[in-house]
Amino acid sequence: MNNKKGFIDFISTNKVVHIVLSIVLGFLVGAIFLVVLKIPVGAAYGKLFAPFTNLKGISYIIVYGIPYIMTGLSVAFSFKTGVFNIGCEGQFVVGSMAACLLGILCPNLPSIVLIPLCFIAAMLAGAIWGIIVGFLKIKWGINEVLSMIMFNWIAFYLSNFIAGIPAIHSDGSAEATKSISENAQTLLSDETIANLGLCPTANWGIIIAIIMTIVIWFIIEKTSLGYELKAVGFNKDAALYGGINVNKSILLALAISGAMAGLGGALQLMGMGRRISIFSSQEGFGFAGIVTALIGCSNPFGVFVAGLFYGSLMYGGSKLNLVGAPTQLVNVIVGTVVFFIAISVIFTNLKYLKGLFKKKEVKNVNGGEK
Amino acid sequence: MKKVLAIVLALAMVFSFAACGKKEDAKQGGEEAKKFKVGMVTDVGGVNDKSFNQTSWEGLQALAKENADFEVSYLESKTDADYQTNINTFIDEGTDLIICVGYMLADATKDAATKNPNQKFAIIDDSSIDLPNVACLMFAQHEASYLVGLVAGSVTKSKTVGYVQGMVSEPMNQFGVGYIAGVLAACPDAKVLQYNANNFGDIPGGSAAATNMMTNGADVIYHAAGGTGIGVINTCAESKIWAIGVDTDQSTLSPDYVITSAMKRVDTASQDISKETKAGNFKAGVHLYDLKNGGVDLAPTRTHIPADVLTKVEQAKKDIIDGKIKVPSTAAEVPQFELK
Repeated sequence: MNNKKGFIDFISTNKVVHIVLSIVLGFLVGAIFLVVLKIPVGAAYGKLFAPFTNLKGISYIIVYGIPYIMTGLSVAFSFKTGVFNIGCEGQFVVGSMAACLLGILCPNLPSIVLIPLCFIAAMLAGAIWGIIVGFLKIKWGINEVLSMIMFNWIAFYLSNFIAGIPAIHSDGSAEATKSISENAQTLLSDETIANLGLCPTANWGIIIAIIMTIVIWFIIEKTSLGYELKAVGFNKDAALYGGINVNKSILLALAISGAMAGLGGALQLMGMGRRISIFSSQEGFGFAGIVTALIGCSNPFGVFVAGLFYGSLMYGGSKLNLVGAPTQLVNVIVGTVVFFIAISVIFTNLKYLKGLFKKKEVKNVNGGEK
Repeated sequence: MKKVLAIVLALAMVFSFAACGKKEDAKQGGEEAKKFKVGMVTDVGGVNDKSFNQTSWEGLQALAKENADFEVSYLESKTDADYQTNINTFIDEGTDLIICVGYMLADATKDAATKNPNQKFAIIDDSSIDLPNVACLMFAQHEASYLVGLVAGSVTKSKTVGYVQGMVSEPMNQFGVGYIAGVLAACPDAKVLQYNANNFGDIPGGSAAATNMMTNGADVIYHAAGGTGIGVINTCAESKIWAIGVDTDQSTLSPDYVITSAMKRVDTASQDISKETKAGNFKAGVHLYDLKNGGVDLAPTRTHIPADVLTKVEQAKKDIIDGKIKVPSTAAEVPQFELK
């Protein structure tokens, strides 16, 4: 009995356990769907997890995970500071477009100048996209969620407009921008890829993602800026009373959050996409950031792992068609995981089970005495 | 305790299923070794796009059904960056022929074909790749557009017809040029209202363009604009005027108001290239599908077309095949074509 009590305590109090349980439940629900669809569960999940078994697959997981890590960091940072950055999608798009413009218009700059320039431009673009929304919020009290959703669409159509400008648009028939200059790409060299047996889109963007994970953690946990931002997140009025400039904090929080999303857009473009297509629907990297932030408990390191997890699902999920399973299975799994994380209080409530066991124990003891 | 038991049972069930799955999989693996594998990569429209991707997938499925030697599968692309990954997934799977649907995949296909010279590719609707392992499946869209133009020019009462295009580019212009030539052949003093949506996925934009054309008197509207065209067809149906579909038989979208569609037999094309490649007759370069070899045609649903118009269309079709009518295919040949 002691063992069991310990076990239940462990489940009901440990947040990481809640997440893991939610993920397991997500896969269980996914399995139920597969069974209903009469698709062999082993084959489908085999495809989903196959990338983990070789270096090529792992490199795919990493390059697929990079944008989700960045948007996850963006949303997690905003969660910590009390604003809900649902505008991550738009910031990602403008960041990506800013880097793309530089990559197309300045093809002759050497990589060592061009790549940092692209990163900075993307972060600035994302930050500005965040600051505008923050400004609307502090100046006129416009709810940031509403304006952010609208700004996502403004970014969407702005990107489509820019991609349609003749100087930017592809020379071929594709509805996309030109490809960015090779100097702006973060790809590893062909020889490295061939020698190590990596995926063809292997790039070093993950290093930037690791650095940013540490930077965000440092800002939140180790600086007075982070302390102020968190204070505003916990209780705006108390923070104001404590002498914190709340408006400035909101702007800064949105700027940093936006910069992360914008940088994510640049990393995705410079490593994976190399061009931006004319969108017919939102690509959803930003919205996925909300998911990774939730799965990662808004902790930067948690988000890093969650981003890779999400990346593995997206890459593994793209192969599901091969065994006749719909790729939407991944959405079912992720949706279920988020659902259970959102109601993770049910795991906390498991502690009441303890009461059940206790009662039984008492009865037993009584029985023994009689 | 009951809950715990239930969870344990559920787990046991799942794993038993999983075990079954693996066994079946292994068995299939043995049989598949001899099969000819065809893989299809969709563009971001996905496999149920009621257009290109869907038609080619249906064609491949039919092929696998009638001939057990073929094994077909597809991968859907969610974003522009997925094309390369999906193509490489098929290469890793040892696929014999990879069919890339749509010119959006041209860059990714070219890249992969250069790096994997022994892998055979086919790309639909792109002729820009000149490599010994890539077959370009092209369609004489101006010929099909000419035929629907004849229909439009014959059934219009206001002598005003509309045309919505998804983007201005040389291949896309062929639709408009052929259509206008057809309309003018049937009704020399007809007016063709033209609009470039500059987008293939803008349903409200398509609706707005159609409404605008109707207020200017159009009573038949043709579109070559993918998803944007769905807006055109919906608006035509609401206003009870004729719409003309494109690529596939779009009468399913609005059975009472889609009079006909300019059809591209993407299904036949993907079947042909699969069969040819399996037989060892893979031919790189451009494969043209036109009226003559049945690669383009009017859609099979023809109930709304008046009998005399249909006769006229069939005659024109014969004349085009015999070379008596030469359908223009470039903007320079048809001064009435206004889109830039």
